[in-house]
Amino acid sequence: MYLTNLPLGSKGRVVKLTAKGKKRRRLLDLGLIPGTVVEAIRRSPSGDPTAYIIRGTVLALRSEETNFIEVEELTQRRDILWA
Amino acid sequence: MGLTARSSGLNLLRENFNIDYSKKNPIIALAGNPNTGKSTVFNGLTGLRQHTGNWPGKTVTQAQGNFRYQGQEFTLIDLPGTYSLLANSTEERIARDFICFARPDATIVVADATNLERNLNLVLQVTELTDNVILCLNLMDEAERKNIKIDVAGLKNDLQIPVVPTVARDGKGLKELKNTVYDIVNKNIVVHPYRVKYSPEIENAVEELVQELRTMLTGIEKYINLHWLSLRLLEGDKTIMRSIKDLFLKDDSFETKTEGVVQTDGVNYI
Amino acid sequence: MELIISEKNSISRIIKKVDEYFSKIEKQQLRDQIVEDIYGCAERIASKNVRIEGGRQTDWGEKVDDILTSKWLGFPIMLLLLGGVFWLTIIGANYPSAMLGEALFWVEDRLTEFFTWTQAPEWLYGILVMGVYRTMAWVVSVMLPPMAIFFPLFTLMEDLGYLPRVAFNLDNFFKRAGTHGKQSLTMSMGFGCNAAGVIAARIIDSPREKLIAILTNNFVPCNGRFPTLIILATIFMGNMVNSAYSSFVAAAVVVGIVLVGIIITLLVSWGLSKTFLKGVPSSFTLELPPYRKPQIGKILVRSFLDRTLFVLERAVMVAAPAGVFVWIFANTGIGGVSLINYVANILDPFAVLIGLDGIVLLAFILGFPANEIVIPIIVMSYLSAGAMLEPDSAEALREILVTNGWTWVTALSTMLFSLLHFPCGTTLLTIRKETESLKWPVFSFLLTTTIAIVVNFLVVQLIYLF
Ligand SMILES: Nc1nc2c(ncn2[C@@H]2O[C@H](COP(=O)(O)OP(=O)(O)OP(=O)(O)O)[C@@H](O)[C@H]2O)c(=O)[nH]1
Ligand SMILES: [Mg+2]
Repeated sequence: MYLTNLPLGSKGRVVKLTAKGKKRRRLLDLGLIPGTVVEAIRRSPSGDPTAYIIRGTVLALRSEETNFIEVEELTQRRDILWA
Repeated sequence: MGLTARSSGLNLLRENFNIDYSKKNPIIALAGNPNTGKSTVFNGLTGLRQHTGNWPGKTVTQAQGNFRYQGQEFTLIDLPGTYSLLANSTEERIARDFICFARPDATIVVADATNLERNLNLVLQVTELTDNVILCLNLMDEAERKNIKIDVAGLKNDLQIPVVPTVARDGKGLKELKNTVYDIVNKNIVVHPYRVKYSPEIENAVEELVQELRTMLTGIEKYINLHWLSLRLLEGDKTIMRSIKDLFLKDDSFETKTEGVVQTDGVNYI
Repeated sequence: MELIISEKNSISRIIKKVDEYFSKIEKQQLRDQIVEDIYGCAERIASKNVRIEGGRQTDWGEKVDDILTSKWLGFPIMLLLLGGVFWLTIIGANYPSAMLGEALFWVEDRLTEFFTWTQAPEWLYGILVMGVYRTMAWVVSVMLPPMAIFFPLFTLMEDLGYLPRVAFNLDNFFKRAGTHGKQSLTMSMGFGCNAAGVIAARIIDSPREKLIAILTNNFVPCNGRFPTLIILATIFMGNMVNSAYSSFVAAAVVVGIVLVGIIITLLVSWGLSKTFLKGVPSSFTLELPPYRKPQIGKILVRSFLDRTLFVLERAVMVAAPAGVFVWIFANTGIGGVSLINYVANILDPFAVLIGLDGIVLLAFILGFPANEIVIPIIVMSYLSAGAMLEPDSAEALREILVTNGWTWVTALSTMLFSLLHFPCGTTLLTIRKETESLKWPVFSFLLTTTIAIVVNFLVVQLIYLF
């Protein structure tokens, strides 16, 4: 599943990036490498972007980016926040 | 044939970055992730009023100021905040080129103590470029409030660089920061930072490239760490070569004649 | 340095060589591996040396964000906060404005006495007191208080960390307009000063989106313009209702004008990214930092030093010569008509079409160096044409304007024109510097002015239709 579809409040683990070129490099630099756990926390009232906790920082990503990040959902729900 | 260097010496190289070098002060750079308090540290050290704000990207212009410690004057440069130095954006390129080519006498990396991991990512990239790195662990008050305990001595030991905890907003720790800068600049302490160990396949590829570079760019290893340069070339970063060309060479032939050859991997660098 | 590169094109040869050594795929893998290795190392060192004691308490910032960016409350709260800031500015500026006005016009009286006593020539008195001093007094008493109150309030929001939330809330609109999400941050900077907003566009990496942000920044009313909005909204729209509500109505009107500015920004951005600056939005990430306690003391000091003194300086630099200019133009004439009225009469037929009059349009043109002086010039010009009012209060200002034929339609048109018209000289110079070309400042001038004329014309004609 893609990060775009990760339900709010749940966590996922990055499986792979399908982005190419500069976009891929940018995402990697943010720490979105395979194995990284991300948590979807809120969506903009205008529908996009969505904010994720990625390695301790809250980052908002547009669907143009999250459509290129494959994740697997982790069953454990939002219990501890690690911002 | 035979391109001569455009500039002759470090001073001229530094002039490329608009540094006022007339006083021959040691140059200290402030790098770090966005919104970690670089400008606040800058203000605290220099007494200037560089704008700060609680959002990433507040500083877009390169600010410089002076401060005195133990009778010596230092010039401090506030660089834009970046997540990495891999030159994926203009700010990253500015920060990287500054550290790489203006060769500051010391670089302070201001890190967010509440979020060490992400900040260490940048620290490790800076230590690849230069030895004289100081880690300024800022926002210690917030870390404390969040019950985050950091083993400063352990960190120092692992990174092999000086680590100074600060609360820049309240001026806490800044004296020690100045002291550390003074010690490094005056060689009272010599720093040999811990360097990232890459996977074997990368190290092998780098080894090959270093050999190549040494023969092709004679003399450049005095200015640039070839290991680092090879890593950048490996990942297809052409901006570094452009920067080298901009700073060292007069000839434009690189840009005009070889565009087709250079842009082969589908990545567009502006 | 002794670096000599022995062969031409050696750099491209190196790059070619690297390309030969490794295929495209391999390079991507290597690149991924490099980043992973660095992060892996950072992870290891961090986990070794960082400990979270006693677990984490829930962060109040998260709860605040749940509200500030919530689906139903996100936008209403943004509008309320904006309105609240304007409202505080309106009521806060009232009193100091009146005080400053009284004090400065008391000084004017003393100056008048002094000039009478020294029997100085009439023209000298006119230029120095009626021209220079009065214009400056107007800038200081009318324009300065709202600026001095708005700016620290705005900085407070900035220091709290609200701006990235605004960008987060609005991003989808900007995406659909084909621009960068950080454009809303540059717009926020524009509230302080459009030149600063233009410089802030450096945070946008793609040249196309940066240009759009630069060209549209002017549609955010800067600190030099929005006292004009606030004053006109107060004395025309606010006065329409019971005085208990007038400050609220005025604030709401200013919010409305700002919204018009935002909508026009989005429309123009969309238009530009479909025509002159074609392209799709580039990749965008926005960090939402934790809320932080603002340093009130520092904010006040900084606002005072950076803003108030800055405005005073501009008042002297720009208002003084403008005052001389207006006075001379008002007091020399051809065949009994003062030069100012002469020019105003030429502009009048066109100005009326867009809801203004010749004097107002002239004031906007003369206000090109700094928008702070538009209202002072309007008043100066009207006063020079006869009325002998002592212009030391909002009420007096209203009377001057009404005597000269103003209605709420004139006020609305002036507000709209102020919002949309050409950027001030400083901003245009900054655009030139940032874009390193003459083309874009000229384009910006033409674009904004055309839009201002078209919008004003349509609004005025629509109002007259009904
Ligand atoms: N609590 C606390 N806040 C701090 C500290 N240092 C800085 N801040 C606040 O953190 C925010 C960011 O500070 P800046 O100095 O603007 O950060 P910067 O690193 O220059 O940011 P960019 O220029 O955007 O990269 C501001 O709101 C500061 O007031 C600190 O030690 N403790
Ligand atoms: Mg800064």
